[in-house]
Amino acid sequence: MQLTLEFGGGLDLLCQSVKIHHVDVTPNVENGKLTLRDLLSWVRTSLIKERPEMFMKGDSVRPGILVLVNDCDWELCGGHDTELEEKDVVVFISTLHGG
Amino acid sequence: MDCKIVGNGSADIIHEIEKLKLDKKEIENRISKLEAQLKADEAVQMKANQACSSYDSILDGHAVSSNGLTPGMIYRYSRHLLLPDFGVEGQINLAKSSILVVGAGGLGSPVVLYLASCGIGCIGIVDSDIVELNNLHRQIIHPEAYVGHAKVKSAAAACRAINSSINLVEHNQALQASNALDIVSKYDIVVDATDNLPSRYMISDCCVVMNKPLISGAALGLEGQLTVYHHKGGPCYRCLFPTPPPTAACQRCSDSGVLGVVPGVIGCLQALEAIKVASGIGETLSGRMLIFDALSSRIRIVKLRGRSLQCFACGDHADFTQQSFQSFDYEGFTQSPMSDKARPKLSLISDSARITSREYKDLIDRQEPHILVDVRPAHHFKITAIPESINIPLSALEDQISLVDSYLKEVAKDSGKSASLYVVCRRGNDSQRAVDFLSKNGFPLAKDIIGGLESWAQDVDPSFPIY
Ligand SMILES: [Zn+2]
Repeated sequence: MQLTLEFGGGLDLLCQSVKIHHVDVTPNVENGKLTLRDLLSWVRTSLIKERPEMFMKGDSVRPGILVLVNDCDWELCGGHDTELEEKDVVVFISTLHGG
Repeated sequence: MDCKIVGNGSADIIHEIEKLKLDKKEIENRISKLEAQLKADEAVQMKANQACSSYDSILDGHAVSSNGLTPGMIYRYSRHLLLPDFGVEGQINLAKSSILVVGAGGLGSPVVLYLASCGIGCIGIVDSDIVELNNLHRQIIHPEAYVGHAKVKSAAAACRAINSSINLVEHNQALQASNALDIVSKYDIVVDATDNLPSRYMISDCCVVMNKPLISGAALGLEGQLTVYHHKGGPCYRCLFPTPPPTAACQRCSDSGVLGVVPGVIGCLQALEAIKVASGIGETLSGRMLIFDALSSRIRIVKLRGRSLQCFACGDHADFTQQSFQSFDYEGFTQSPMSDKARPKLSLISDSARITSREYKDLIDRQEPHILVDVRPAHHFKITAIPESINIPLSALEDQISLVDSYLKEVAKDSGKSASLYVVCRRGNDSQRAVDFLSKNGFPLAKDIIGGLESWAQDVDPSFPIY
């Protein structure tokens, strides 16, 4: 499944300072689906090159990270169980505090 | 002889009397100046303690047209009045509103300037910092002449120079849970232009218990974020971030840097959102977040979750009162300090593995064979470094540990004695982490310089640049 992943608010530093990743993720073999939960573990193993604790906590993102699917908070579209579709854009953004 | 002595003596006495009279005059001058200053400060303090009653004092006895605006206001704000969607009503709403801006820094500078220019009836500015030279590249409200002075004084002076017809209230103090209710209660709208995590939770909670809309902006590096909290049923900060992030994820401008115009852009947009809330026009960013990426010139506006029914602060069953707000420990909750100045000092290694910058200078003077490893990131090393120091960033130390050994051997070969190993960083925290790592990986005698380059500049070489 072709997806665009974006990392912002400093999270790009965890994946070699690249903000936008065009990726091809294989859906589940059984049902042909790909949920955000599946994507998180794929990102964790395939993209995050250092300090994984800065991205994940347990099986979710760490506190202070917003996950957006096609510019929409994942809480609004089903959280971990959100089913992704071809060409979806998933953004991971760390909240900023500076000023 | 005697006579001469007496003569000289009385001349001395007369001279002494004249001198004392001059001193007296000078002291009296100083007393009256200080008294005047005290009076002025008391007046400012009194004003800060009063509610922000804006509209009537703006009118200040001027004749008002039937639409509620004075001729002076009509002329000054004419370009606003010409906007069909804004018009007289919008302008009167601005004049009647009061806005508190928390933080007169990179975000707060454009916020306060625009709010003053556009005729907000009363603007409160709260900040306890003083203006520093390294603020000026982004905190555009402050001029060089105010370096060393209170930011609120500088900001208020800039606003008065632009618009003498509005009320400005100077809160020259840090906003804390103990004083926030009192200060926030005097305003209709709050703008969060602070630079730290505990203040963000505190201000959001305060706006929930006081029921005020909150315009929240943040900027770091080349990115910015902006939203409106607790407005028209929208979420608060805790709805989005019920749990604070780990402290390692909380970067500050003083560590990570910030391109000056980035908080400027976000601050301008905060002013815009505040004006929209105050005037009642348009659609605010409540329930949405604007994400700005300066490097790629991209602005993304995303839809946020709504208010959380389970929210600790604004949820349906939340038991969060003014009393619980006042006693909430925000620095403890977020594990990070509100003030940049109160940076915690790491104490990771034993004192015997540390030397002062003066001791390091002595061993250079004694020509003790050694190497100095600077573990700051490479782009820090380019800013300034101690001559002859070797840059191995902390993040690369594990991979490049063999380099340390070869540098030591080189010095030992040249000097014919064994070489010692010292480590330095910016403030003396990363150098401890490096020494800790080195001591466990074949370099038990490694030592770090206490206080890093900052103490080198302070105690040894005053000409060494600080940043
Ligand atoms: Zn809430």
